[in-house]
Amino acid sequence: MAAVATCGTGAGSTGSVVAAGSKNHVTSFQRRGPRASGSDSSYSRLVSIAGTRPSVRNGQLLVSTGLPALDQLLGGGLAVGTVLLIEEDKYNIYSSLLFKYFLAEGIINGHTLLVASAKEDPADILQELPAPLLDDNFKKDFDEEACNHKTAESNIKMKIAWRYQLLPKMEAGPVSSSRFGHYYDASKKMPQELIEASKWHGFFFPEKSSSTLNIEPCSLTHGYIKLLQFIQNIIYEEGFDGSNPQKKQKNILRIGIQNLGSPLWGDDICCTENGNSHSLTKFLYVLRGLLRTSLSACMITMPTHLIQNKAIISRVTNLSDTVVGLESFIGSERETNPLYKDYHGLIHIRQIPRLNNLIYDVSDVKDLAFKLKRKLFTIEEEKEYTLNDLYKRLHLPPDLSDTVSRSSKQDLAEPSKLLGPGCGVMAGGKKHLDF
Amino acid sequence: KCPGRLADYASAYVHRRIPGGPGKLTLLCDANTDGSFLVHHFLSFYLKANCKVCFVALIQSFSHYNIVGQKLGVSLTVARECGQLVFLEGLKSSVDVFFRAQAEPHPLQFLREANAENLQPLYEFVREALKPVDDGEAAWRCPVLLVDDLSVLLSLGMGAVAVLDFIHYCRATVCWERKGNIVALVHDSGDTEDEENNILLNGLSHQSHLILRAEGLATGFCRDVHGQLRILWRTPSQPTTQRDQSLTYQYKIQDKSVSFFAKGMSPAVL
Repeated sequence: MAAVATCGTGAGSTGSVVAAGSKNHVTSFQRRGPRASGSDSSYSRLVSIAGTRPSVRNGQLLVSTGLPALDQLLGGGLAVGTVLLIEEDKYNIYSSLLFKYFLAEGIINGHTLLVASAKEDPADILQELPAPLLDDNFKKDFDEEACNHKTAESNIKMKIAWRYQLLPKMEAGPVSSSRFGHYYDASKKMPQELIEASKWHGFFFPEKSSSTLNIEPCSLTHGYIKLLQFIQNIIYEEGFDGSNPQKKQKNILRIGIQNLGSPLWGDDICCTENGNSHSLTKFLYVLRGLLRTSLSACMITMPTHLIQNKAIISRVTNLSDTVVGLESFIGSERETNPLYKDYHGLIHIRQIPRLNNLIYDVSDVKDLAFKLKRKLFTIEEEKEYTLNDLYKRLHLPPDLSDTVSRSSKQDLAEPSKLLGPGCGVMAGGKKHLDF
Repeated sequence: KCPGRLADYASAYVHRRIPGGPGKLTLLCDANTDGSFLVHHFLSFYLKANCKVCFVALIQSFSHYNIVGQKLGVSLTVARECGQLVFLEGLKSSVDVFFRAQAEPHPLQFLREANAENLQPLYEFVREALKPVDDGEAAWRCPVLLVDDLSVLLSLGMGAVAVLDFIHYCRATVCWERKGNIVALVHDSGDTEDEENNILLNGLSHQSHLILRAEGLATGFCRDVHGQLRILWRTPSQPTTQRDQSLTYQYKIQDKSVSFFAKGMSPAVL
């Protein structure tokens, strides 16, 4: 990855830089190739950035999305130098929450934040961030949760606890003391002193729209040009692109862009089918260029359900690294459907990047649902039900026929995405995510 | 019959068919899946075959291709240093072009322009990269132009016609004049009504000698079979005296290789 290569002294020796540290990990990732001298020290400097860890698969430097369950789904976390695109749910409730988790995680880890929005003032967004859950509080709350659940779900407690215990083991090598990935309490706000101690830059489009451009007008909208300039400026001024080698302590720049593509940014792709079809895609391309050449990671939320021209959505997907879609049940018929009453919506992992690799980590589980129960945002595989379970839920008399067929919510609710029935994916036993 | 290195066989076919004749255009295409493994394969194949390669890499960074290349047995760093590989790193160059006015025309000049008409600067770059060197040093074998990928040019504001023109000019120089080969990846956008992309894909399909099309399985995701590869041999210049041949294989991508097998013959199933 360019991000790891161009920052730090090990230019062009990405692979060997990682190799120096790989012996510390529980992985069979072996590298051939010469090791540049001094690679050990530059590697340890990179890994010792708070809130990062190398991927066990390809040594890629990762940051947490702020939601450990999502980190697991994405193969360990969000790779530095890449874009995570969140396709917003219909009323931007849960995507906005994910956005806040991402920023909160940055504050807890001491990362620099760059918050861009055309709708809300970034200062206000930061005031709304959720508070982190401390270890003993978390366990106490989680025990409360577990008692209220049915037996079928009690497996979750063990599985999350298992992951929790496993985390220290994965932090092998010279790392900082803070843990990778934290849990947040959505009902409480981030303490004021933490926000004030953090380093952040805000881009609020209505405030910036009047200033002049010093780039020739290409096909990008005004808002996107200004945003790109702003981001490039911060990256350069603060040395995230390695341009200031005197800086001893390296840090990550977390860029959060809200509602990209919405009319508030001056883009018309959500209003008309024949809108400016290149503005957004050009923006994403140059943004990715900036990310690949700096120690930064970006989360973008986009109201893709509003984009009129479907071709743009597929182009945007191709130009993003990781794409996750959120579908909430609010206002849909599923809200009152007894099958879905445990969940608030579905999470679709639409794309995972293959970075530095021919292959990638793909979870066998494709149907994932999320819920925001009291304080915690959890993601689980949708359960399979037998017909008798269904009858119980709907308060119908049980089916006394000899053969009881298994069916998933998919078949009973509405015809939607296909699983691979011929390939043995729909195994009954596996309840949760195994990486 | 389970040809393990099927794509090698296909590549060798391209060379064997008309020796001394004009070079070939190979079209890589992916539908509902990621066909980048084909790009990595051809890059390592041509480098190992001692060809001079010009790689227009618009999608990922140099180090990404380099790390994968090392798994496949080539070092892009070494190839670049000794002049075998000319590498245009799109993502990194785009930042340079976009934020700083360039003194000379840059291959990605169109990023700065509101209505770029054509890809002339990019073509000039390719022509310069693959021009014959006759100063007595180790001559490489036939020149190769590799593009990953052409669909992104549409996202960056170029029309399908401009991209087709670019390939046409490159063919004239690389395939006819220099007897070299072109390999380019285009996404098949399927039913997302991407008109420009369909024009590009259809136009290139007509001109290609070999089409490798990676498709996701119709039944959805499967752990043991990642997709299906359709290979289509065409003779675009001759009216159909010979029927186009095609073969279909299923494949599974592994850490350092891709294995191919006939439909339904995945080792996991047998």
